[in-house]
Amino acid sequence: MKKLTLEELPSKAKEIRRDIIRMLAEAGSGHPGGSLSAADILTVLYFHLMNHDPANPKWPDRDRLILSKGHGAPVLYAALAHAGYFPAEKLLTLRKLGSPLQGHPDMRRLPGLEASTGSLGQGLSIGIGYALARRLDKKSYFTYVILSDGETNEGQTWEAAAAAAHHKVDHLIAVLDYNKFQLDDSVKKICDMEPMAEKWRSFNWHVEEIDGHNLHQIAAALREAQEVQGKPCMIIAHTVKGKGVSFMENNNHFHGVAPTKEEAERALRELV
Amino acid sequence: MEKKLGPATRDAYGQTLVELGKDNPNVVVLDADLSKSTKTAAFGEKYPERFFNMGIQEADMVGVAAGLAAAGKIPFVSSFACFLVCKSYDQLRMAVAFPELNVKIVTSHGGISVGEDGASQQSIEDVALMTSLPGFAVMVPSDAVQTRALVHEAARHVGPVYIRTGRPKTPVIYPEKTSFQIGKGVRLREGKDVTLIANGLLVFEALAASEQLKAEGIEASVVDLHTVKPLDRKLLLEEAARTHAFVVSEEHQIWGGLGSAVARLISEEQPVVMEFVAIQDTYSESGAPDQLMEKYGLTAPYIVKRAKRAVARKGRVSV
Repeated sequence: MKKLTLEELPSKAKEIRRDIIRMLAEAGSGHPGGSLSAADILTVLYFHLMNHDPANPKWPDRDRLILSKGHGAPVLYAALAHAGYFPAEKLLTLRKLGSPLQGHPDMRRLPGLEASTGSLGQGLSIGIGYALARRLDKKSYFTYVILSDGETNEGQTWEAAAAAAHHKVDHLIAVLDYNKFQLDDSVKKICDMEPMAEKWRSFNWHVEEIDGHNLHQIAAALREAQEVQGKPCMIIAHTVKGKGVSFMENNNHFHGVAPTKEEAERALRELV
Repeated sequence: MEKKLGPATRDAYGQTLVELGKDNPNVVVLDADLSKSTKTAAFGEKYPERFFNMGIQEADMVGVAAGLAAAGKIPFVSSFACFLVCKSYDQLRMAVAFPELNVKIVTSHGGISVGEDGASQQSIEDVALMTSLPGFAVMVPSDAVQTRALVHEAARHVGPVYIRTGRPKTPVIYPEKTSFQIGKGVRLREGKDVTLIANGLLVFEALAASEQLKAEGIEASVVDLHTVKPLDRKLLLEEAARTHAFVVSEEHQIWGGLGSAVARLISEEQPVVMEFVAIQDTYSESGAPDQLMEKYGLTAPYIVKRAKRAVARKGRVSV
């Protein structure tokens, strides 16, 4: 697939945010906050860095992306539609009966999905599996795993953290969408995971910390991670929940509540 | 009936993995620090690059296996039945069953015949849990020969598979190289009065029971139903039509195991008198395997008693 330049990415990120708002408003339910916070990360990956072919979704040499935070499905669906995996009109079928765009990703139903997620904490383990298979097959693809901060509460995340480092799994690049909120409240109030970076470093990961809305920083961090050998990589991307829509930013009401028609119109007026 | 002990089903699994490793470069094996007990260690020695000891982290192990399967590998994943099934049930559900991935879960230490280690290590719920996951084939082999054949079948089968093996040496039921198919039971004896259905260690007990019943004038069929899911509908309906009385025996909690599965099918299609030999909604304890099987009612005399009851009820109940 033809890659976009860094200069072309901001308008792509904006289109993806517009689609997130449109599809959630049409569905009437879903998770805007964590979809918007990951929009810049997925834009850089799908349109600037990843080797993939929407015409051949099972291309064996493709890079893989696992959305471990499955409730962020809208941002993934929007990226896949813009990349050409399926017609963009389908986005408006999100969460409707018979749609391949299930409430949380179902890899059996939609081309381009590499895992079925929605039970938090599982994506990193699945990513290790892909990365170990890559090593056995002597291929050079990368496996990217997008995690939420909330799912670092999960024990399985830390099982995976230990195992990936122990088995010296490289070509595995995790990006933490660190928007500082989980469903009930801030991560700080519910189950504070700080010091986050030190935790991953102490598990022997290569760790970078970036502004998760700075496209240049995202791209640079991912390129640096691609060079790391014998270690898994964690990019801690500091993000803003609801990023791009003023009244959704850091407003945890929009964790799991879709915008009304009126709110969607206001949001779209901001995303121009 | 003479009891000739053969290898444990877990030993047969370990040896079969080595055969599979030679035949199929896509076979990979994962264990959670119990490879000496589950017997996957032999594969690890022979094919270290395809063996992943994940440490004591069952949930991560199942997720890793899912990723390997999604990338085209055939992962065999092993630990004790109680730990693998219970600690990673969410991962078995979300990462394996739901996306229908080609992952083979083969556990050891099924049932109470684990013995002295006690209830915490004895899996009595695994068949109920694993049959609940859509798409999983679920098997409880009765001896080493059958285990070997079914593990080979599992590798050929596309889709998720669960096989429970056991710790103790196991009575020999079958001659070497007998072949078996997933979902196809084996009629070991044919009789007209009652059908004794069993899997795992209870197959030998059912055979022993059939001999005792014969001495008392009751002719029993004996069916080795190694596959709990999918059930061998044809064989069960043939038996129902002939004997009109079933005794289903298993080394498992009575809620949700083989007995429940057979009862559901039979009650829908061809009701017959049914009796059950299983663990009566309780946890077991430490003791020698034979002592525990006796104390918790899983030996031939209990099957005989139930069979006689079934035959008596058949005369009274119209079905």
